[in-house]
Amino acid sequence: MYDLIVIGGGPAGLAAACAAWEGGLRSILIVERDKELGGILNQCIHNGFGLHHFKDELTGPEYAGRFVKLLGETGVEVRLDTMVLEVTGQRQVHMVGKSTGYRVDEAQSIVLAMGCRERTRGAIAIPGSRPAGVFTAGAAQRYVNMEGWMPGKRVVILGSGDIGLIMARRMTLEGAKVLACVEVMPYSGGLNRNIVQCLHDYDIPLYLSHTVTDIRGKDRVEQVVVSEVDASRNPVPGTEMVFDCDTLLLSVGLIPENELTRQAGIAIDRRTNGAVVYENMETSLPGVFACGNVCHVHDLVDFVTAESQKAGAAAAACVLGGAASAGEAVLEVKNGDGVTYTVPQRIRPQRVDKLCGLFFRVNRVCRDSEILVTSGDAQIARFKREHLAPGEMERIDLPRALLDRAEGELTVSIREVEQ
Amino acid sequence: MKELICIVCPKGCHLKVDEEKGFAVTGNACPRGAEYGKLELTNPTRVVTSTVRCEGGAHPRCPVKTDRAVPKGKIFEVMAALEGIALSAPVAVGQVVLENVCGTGANVVATREFLFLERKRNQKEL
Amino acid sequence: MYDVLIIGCGITGAAAAFELSRYQLKVGILERENDVALGTTKANSAILHAGYDPEPGTLMARLNVRGVALAKELCQKLDVPYHNCGSLVLAFSEEERPALEELYRRGNENGVPGLALLTGDEARALEPNLSGEVVAALHAPSAAICSPWEYCLALAETAVRNGVELHLNTAVTGLERTVGGWTVRTGSGEFQSRFVINAAGVDAAIVHDMAAPHAFDIRPSRGQYYLLDKSEGKRVGRVIFQCPSKVGKGVLVAPTVHGNLIVGPNAEPSEGHDAATTGDGLRFVRETALRSVPSVNFRESIRNFAGVRAATGKEDFIIGEAAPGFVDLAGICSPGLSAAPAIGEYAVELLAKAGLALEKKDRFVCERRRTRFKELSPQERAALVEKEPAFGRVICRCETVTEGEILEALAGPIPPCSVDGVKRRVNAGMGRCQGGFCGPRVVDILARELHKSPGEIVQDQAGSWLLDRETKTPPEGGMSHV
Repeated sequence: MYDLIVIGGGPAGLAAACAAWEGGLRSILIVERDKELGGILNQCIHNGFGLHHFKDELTGPEYAGRFVKLLGETGVEVRLDTMVLEVTGQRQVHMVGKSTGYRVDEAQSIVLAMGCRERTRGAIAIPGSRPAGVFTAGAAQRYVNMEGWMPGKRVVILGSGDIGLIMARRMTLEGAKVLACVEVMPYSGGLNRNIVQCLHDYDIPLYLSHTVTDIRGKDRVEQVVVSEVDASRNPVPGTEMVFDCDTLLLSVGLIPENELTRQAGIAIDRRTNGAVVYENMETSLPGVFACGNVCHVHDLVDFVTAESQKAGAAAAACVLGGAASAGEAVLEVKNGDGVTYTVPQRIRPQRVDKLCGLFFRVNRVCRDSEILVTSGDAQIARFKREHLAPGEMERIDLPRALLDRAEGELTVSIREVEQ
Repeated sequence: MKELICIVCPKGCHLKVDEEKGFAVTGNACPRGAEYGKLELTNPTRVVTSTVRCEGGAHPRCPVKTDRAVPKGKIFEVMAALEGIALSAPVAVGQVVLENVCGTGANVVATREFLFLERKRNQKEL
Repeated sequence: MYDVLIIGCGITGAAAAFELSRYQLKVGILERENDVALGTTKANSAILHAGYDPEPGTLMARLNVRGVALAKELCQKLDVPYHNCGSLVLAFSEEERPALEELYRRGNENGVPGLALLTGDEARALEPNLSGEVVAALHAPSAAICSPWEYCLALAETAVRNGVELHLNTAVTGLERTVGGWTVRTGSGEFQSRFVINAAGVDAAIVHDMAAPHAFDIRPSRGQYYLLDKSEGKRVGRVIFQCPSKVGKGVLVAPTVHGNLIVGPNAEPSEGHDAATTGDGLRFVRETALRSVPSVNFRESIRNFAGVRAATGKEDFIIGEAAPGFVDLAGICSPGLSAAPAIGEYAVELLAKAGLALEKKDRFVCERRRTRFKELSPQERAALVEKEPAFGRVICRCETVTEGEILEALAGPIPPCSVDGVKRRVNAGMGRCQGGFCGPRVVDILARELHKSPGEIVQDQAGSWLLDRETKTPPEGGMSHV
């Protein structure tokens, strides 16, 4: 019986395990399906990581490397090349690996840190033929950065998520011609800095309010047709542009990978596609926590780290502190105007030490706005922001004292302020 | 007056740089933004990240970066300098791959560790 | 000199090869592509129709009903995913009721077992997610679903194990009548055979015309589909059809043997092998399907595809000896998959009539098993991994497919040479991430096991290259070794 089993050895799992060790747990196991720790950071060779957490600008592998080093100083056990197949409601973890064999381990607590996967062509139903040459941006990133293979010469990118933008630059640097980055929304899904340093720097055009309406080619992509879309995202006939290319990269969103979570009977939030979590990242199944991209998709690994440290520390407290007191008050966090989701979705004010961090996303680009937190008719808190965008996760910190004033629910909404 | 988006950190501040007034920057949330705004209009620079060949490690490529920003105009020259290089595992983070690349004063350094594969295998399959 | 050469290794050619492999004959298959099942067989509804649809008295009616009956045992013996789930044809108005009754009448005449006409409420009692508009339904308990490509693969593999020679990447370019048989010219040389079977699918008319006077045209008909995630897989438990119209059997909603939901097809003329989907076609499929099952959630789509059917404009298959010793198995559109094993039997009958002596082999292999890690119990998994550690490495995490299963396929009678070839054999890449994660790993394994460079590994058919060139020139300053 382990104190804690962490499923996934990417940034979330590493931070959670380290924090749980610091919190006093001594029997911790990380199960990682890849042959090395670090997860997706290993293929994110660009810089820009760690400004919050390490106060240093690092590349993905460097960020992962620092955590692997920290982990090495603990007594956390790591099982690589091992895939978790099932988590039961009794916290039994079924796993299989080439050298691990098939085994079932039990734990007093579990941290789910499986990360996310990319949306595919099928998920967004792009019409056309089915040639080779349509890759998710992340798969292409693995080929280029880790395997050392270029997936094509002439590239169109659909979606302006960060991975797509980063790959536009990366493919260009490695000698491919990136013809266009196409985004169906009227705004980019990625960070502004990536628009600048990945597209503008290399004169790659960004077509907002456009989408791919046809893929042509029998064996390999030969052409991609891009059309403008109207306000309801339907293609406008007569606006077609044809690009001669051999590759289409898709950066059209990430989906938390929660098959194990669902199987375990844990409540899932339809908006985040991740588990519904409390203020300490605990899921609806006591003793099971979720953090990082398996809980909700983050933009910044630094935030993943912070969230996962919280989950790891809470797992330690849960194991060392015994059962929680029954009948605690719970605040349901609701999405008000302009807010698409929040994490956590539930807050137990008694468990908040000083501040309760709350992540959320907005559904539109706003200048000069207020974030309002209300409970019933009462305003609990108000925060000012100069700039809000759906591509950028927001964070507010709610003091315990304010939470104590709320009853039953909290609503988070945004309001644009008249200039 | 020129409008820029700061790329120093993920926040992406909307900067205004006044060329007339000695490249005075407004809209920045931190001092690094002011520095970036001025530099971007006088001598724009970027950190270059890429890979080099690597033998004997867990993967056939080792990620690298310039240890400081290099002039934007030299990015492709730096990329060209990475052709024809092959590291051999073990590789350490920060290990210099190429000194003073293209006369920029920046070194190209490895950004991940590679153990020699045989040893690594033994360690893994404990 | 072959006794029989089969042109084309889709489900029809494979079924013919399987049946012929029972006898002491030298049999060969000439397949243009780099794998079997690459035409209509890999892109269709995966339904084994009960057989109420074809006009009574036609070859199609007889072979359909016989084929479905054979499939049950065959799929079990050859380890082909098969589920006898039954089907419902829906009527949405009183005007459609006569059509339903006509199908019922035909079905009974064709010998389809267990047919029953249900009221709307009875149908909804079986399938709670059916539309409230349904006023009546025809229930056919003998309808089934299967994995069409694995069915084809299983028949072809078993044929190969029984001595049939499969020539992949061998496109037929000409046929010439010789003394005592035929010379078949291909891109990779000439073959001699006493008898030739034309199972060339969409190109069957072209092959026919090489051997006999022009007799029919194939007018390819394209059908587009949605494949939805397993979260939608239980939306219905049976194959749900609508009343047939002039344009085909209509859009169906059905579970797949892999646990997904399949929705489609439309029907539209297509040019040659063009299996592209279109915005309009997919919209039609969505809207039509929602009439049957309003709650289908298309946001759970994981793949769209189109298949091309070898329609001829005739109401029957075109099966017969078109020239001495040359047998057409042509116009095999729906219900071709259902009829396949019966078509195979019938082909052998026709060859016998044309003078092929049939003598049974002493030993005929009629079984096939492959490891399906996902379906094993924890104890079985533990024992397997202990014995062969490669079964402990999960390559496809969505479908829980292990390296051991891929290696097993590579050691099989018809080893895969492409990423999709691996997918058709072991399901790697069939799940919700559609190979995003396992694709590079499968390329890696194929390159390693086939002693090729990753750059030589294709997605599917020849020409579907995946990787262009290596990054970074090697130290010598030479070009990279692609």
